[in-house]
Amino acid sequence: MATKDILSPLPGTFYRKPSPDAAPYKKEGDAVKKGDVIGLIEVMKSFHEVHADADGTIASFIAENEEPVMAGQPLITLNI
Amino acid sequence: MTRKVKTLFIANRGEIAVRINRAAKELGLKTVQAHSLADAESLAVKLADVSVNIGPPAASKSYLNVDAVVAAAVASGADAVHPGYGFLAENARFAEAVEAAGLVFVGPTPHQIRMMGDKVSALEAAIAAGVPTVPGSRGRVETPEEAAKVVERTGFPVMIKASAGGGGRGIRVANSRDEFDRLMPQASAEALAAFGDGGLYIEKFVSSARHVEVQVLGDGHDVVHFFERECSLQRRRQKVWEEAPAAMLPEDVRMRLCQSAVDLAKAVNYRGAGTIEYLYDETTREFYFLEMNTRIQVEHPVTEMITGYDLVREMIRISMGERLRIQQSDIVMRGHALECRINAEDPAKGFMPAPGTIDSLTIPGGTGVRFDTLLYQGYTVPPFYDSLLGKLIVWDENREAAMNRMQRALHELKIGGLKTTKPLHLALAVDPDVRAARFDTQFLEAWLEHRAAMLEDQWT
Repeated sequence: MATKDILSPLPGTFYRKPSPDAAPYKKEGDAVKKGDVIGLIEVMKSFHEVHADADGTIASFIAENEEPVMAGQPLITLNI
Repeated sequence: MTRKVKTLFIANRGEIAVRINRAAKELGLKTVQAHSLADAESLAVKLADVSVNIGPPAASKSYLNVDAVVAAAVASGADAVHPGYGFLAENARFAEAVEAAGLVFVGPTPHQIRMMGDKVSALEAAIAAGVPTVPGSRGRVETPEEAAKVVERTGFPVMIKASAGGGGRGIRVANSRDEFDRLMPQASAEALAAFGDGGLYIEKFVSSARHVEVQVLGDGHDVVHFFERECSLQRRRQKVWEEAPAAMLPEDVRMRLCQSAVDLAKAVNYRGAGTIEYLYDETTREFYFLEMNTRIQVEHPVTEMITGYDLVREMIRISMGERLRIQQSDIVMRGHALECRINAEDPAKGFMPAPGTIDSLTIPGGTGVRFDTLLYQGYTVPPFYDSLLGKLIVWDENREAAMNRMQRALHELKIGGLKTTKPLHLALAVDPDVRAARFDTQFLEAWLEHRAAMLEDQWT
């Protein structure tokens, strides 16, 4: 099966959840559609949604919740 | 009691850490700069005598971590801690922890931080000191008779607010008694339906408010003021452009405003640098207390430019137990100062944050120009903190000359490698309303709706 990584569009802090007390947007094994929100990037105190750029199933999370990430760094591997 | 301080621990980052380091060095102090993992290469770290890593990039795990910061300060052998602004600067628990560890906190007492940090107790302190507050019901109005009494006192227009509302919801404005009598029952019914609570309160509506604030310095006994600043140009409640003095303020109002700030600070035996913020209604010439900030503020340099004092140096001296060296009669203001906040944001793209690496840098110079910044060539601006890159400050003999000087300095300022808010400031510096000081706190957002798209084409 082919895989594809979802890359961080911005440098900042990666969050898997909309708020600290909320459930994660997605977990391993979840199906995603292109355009689905899979996480947030906090950059300079403002929050930006990260969207899936392909349909597929989440194979693994490469970046952890609250991990500092660079622009272009892989966040999630999808099975497509 | 005078405390001998030899080493100052700087519990902040960015341009204010650089600013504090400079003041400390001029006092002959050794400096210890706290930094997160992401700030190891910062200008503040390079300028300090010693630097200490206090944790990971996320502010919650470094600059906001009370235990980590206090432990690092103690381990460093510092005698005093300067909190800067933001982060832990107005955290009473932090101030307590610093003092409990036997160190000097450069700022007010924990009690003063707590009192002014709470809206209700701050308002009570202001009222007790005779500082004007926005007239209104100061609590729920239960009956139409009670409401009628309140509006007799406030006059019109008034805001009718739902007690249970928030963020602008459940607010109505009445311009006359007739309108008020019609809107009150509606507002109550609507509040009941929307929030399950029909409780209302009433406040005078200031339709075209300007933001003015008074700088004070206290030593726990005496208080002096350094006149006022105006910060009406705001976007999303963030100040963008600041001035000193407030150009439109009549001299008699200025004197009353500054005196009221001194009265409030004296009433609480204030210690350190503080700012009392007000709304000013130009049409009625009335001012109303908003809040007191118990720290040094971002825009303090405009005050330094018109008065000639170093406020950060004075606040460090006071923390060492010294009495104020400055009498009110010593403080004279001269000329006009402006400050533009240069942020790593793209004004042409909705002020999208723009961290990145500085590949070239030209810092403006010349008479009356000051650039307080965290930048150096080759520095990579991290994405984890706020977007302030620097503050371009100019002074000149009068406001018009200062505007011309700001325009010249903005053109000289060149920051290569990332997008900044410089184009916004260039456009503001030539705007006829800004040049005539015709603006209120709503001005900039409305202005941006028409202009944002043009910003990039015109100026880059």
